[in-house]
Amino acid sequence: MESLDLHKISVRDLNQYLHKELPKKKDVKKLEILNPDGMHSIAVGMDAPVDIDIKGHGGYYVGGMNKHANITVHGNVGWGVAENMMSGSVRVKGVASSAAGASGHGGTLIVEGDTSLRCGISMKGIDIVVGGSVGNFSGFMAQAGRMVICGDAGDGLGDSMYEAVFYVRGKIKSLGADAQEEKMTDADYATVKELLDRAGFKHDPKEFKRVAGAKQLYNWNADASQEY
Amino acid sequence: MCGIVGLLVKNPKLRPMIGELMMPMLIGMTERGPDSAGLAIFSESAGKDSRKFSLYAADEDFNWQKLGHDFTTHLGSQGKIDVKVNHAVLTTNLEPGTVKVWLKEHYPNVHLLSVGQLMDVYKDTGTPAEVAERYGFGKMSGTHLVGHTRMATESAVTPAHAHPFTAGEDWCLVHNGSLSNPNSLRRMLQHQGIAFETDNDTEAACRFLEWRMREGDDLHTALQKGFEELDGFFTLLMGTKDQLALVRDAFACKPAIVAEHDDYVAIASEYRSLAQLPDVKNAKLFEPMPEELYIWKV
Repeated sequence: MESLDLHKISVRDLNQYLHKELPKKKDVKKLEILNPDGMHSIAVGMDAPVDIDIKGHGGYYVGGMNKHANITVHGNVGWGVAENMMSGSVRVKGVASSAAGASGHGGTLIVEGDTSLRCGISMKGIDIVVGGSVGNFSGFMAQAGRMVICGDAGDGLGDSMYEAVFYVRGKIKSLGADAQEEKMTDADYATVKELLDRAGFKHDPKEFKRVAGAKQLYNWNADASQEY
Repeated sequence: MCGIVGLLVKNPKLRPMIGELMMPMLIGMTERGPDSAGLAIFSESAGKDSRKFSLYAADEDFNWQKLGHDFTTHLGSQGKIDVKVNHAVLTTNLEPGTVKVWLKEHYPNVHLLSVGQLMDVYKDTGTPAEVAERYGFGKMSGTHLVGHTRMATESAVTPAHAHPFTAGEDWCLVHNGSLSNPNSLRRMLQHQGIAFETDNDTEAACRFLEWRMREGDDLHTALQKGFEELDGFFTLLMGTKDQLALVRDAFACKPAIVAEHDDYVAIASEYRSLAQLPDVKNAKLFEPMPEELYIWKV
């Protein structure tokens, strides 16, 4: 297994290697990154089907724009982990700060601990599974994809959400504009089970509730009394 | 964008090394704040009836010994001067009012950065590494400190606009973020007779909180009123004679992370500033919640 040490090379050197040299090495399927020390933009823009283990805490945008790679962070991450991910997966063993999975188009983001505010903001097809709780304004303007929250959700969950669906096991402090709790169907239970299995979390899908958009904001309602 | 750092050393054996421990924290925030840096450090007391006045002169060759001599001659009271380049700490048992009036009259170009029994303040333009080197931050000892690296977004890059800001005695504040109503706050406070030194938004927040506490609010109540009055984004880190306090705005728009260890409590905008602390892997790491007040005592 290849080992890259961020005490010895810069993040720019690391990413240039991952983008340009690594795809040529067909035999390298797994590599580890040592001493991340909270540095930003580690393993962003991946476009190769490799397993990457980041041994420590990452900074901002870890695994951003990821395509094909399976990235595991053995620690916490800062803002925007897996932002704009296209495919593959990012797993955070610790906690994630704000805007985890922001704008993600595809792939799976798994956070074993909590996330801070705005988890899944503007998500566009990504699957997000959070082992702990998510902070305020999570799923704001979420357009597509699914988010499973095994803990609680903060204020304003799913404000102005579109076609994304959330499953929450714990308490929801408050729902955002147009977000509503809906009845779980057999298809929902199957979805939750599939995502929990993918993440390796052991919960009963029956414990989850479904939150989706009421679609009342899709069209302008000229008859509604406006307060602004 | 700006960077904030705070360090409170619980283990007395590490207190002589607080500056050395803080250095990688401040340097780690260089990308968040490359244009100015500052530090408020709480260390040895000036003595029961004495106070330390942190002074700044723009001229690096400023004659501090003459200022000390004039002070003693004019006021008939010994003023001890401890010089670090264009900063100096004047220690005296005279009242702050007397010292301020004397400074204004005789040395109008000397800027008073802070007053207190324990706190010294250093701030200047330049990269964090340059400012730290200039004033020897790495060699300082003390119990707790508050540091800042600035990337100016709303007012000029000058030493006076750099953080920390102070008001009252042994009280300082650093800010990451920006306020959208500093002018109305400033006008409101000016009507209360409070004078301002800069047009900086953080100074408005600093004087607002100090005013509330002078009016009898405790820090918690003052900050609750701050949440109502301060419009904008902020992570605020405050230092008092025996504590550090941290709050974030309701939207937690600006980052912060805390490491609580048996030997110390460290606060920074980002983890990369905590990564070099001794045994940080065994510290409890957490992100402070929005609109919650966190206080750590020495």
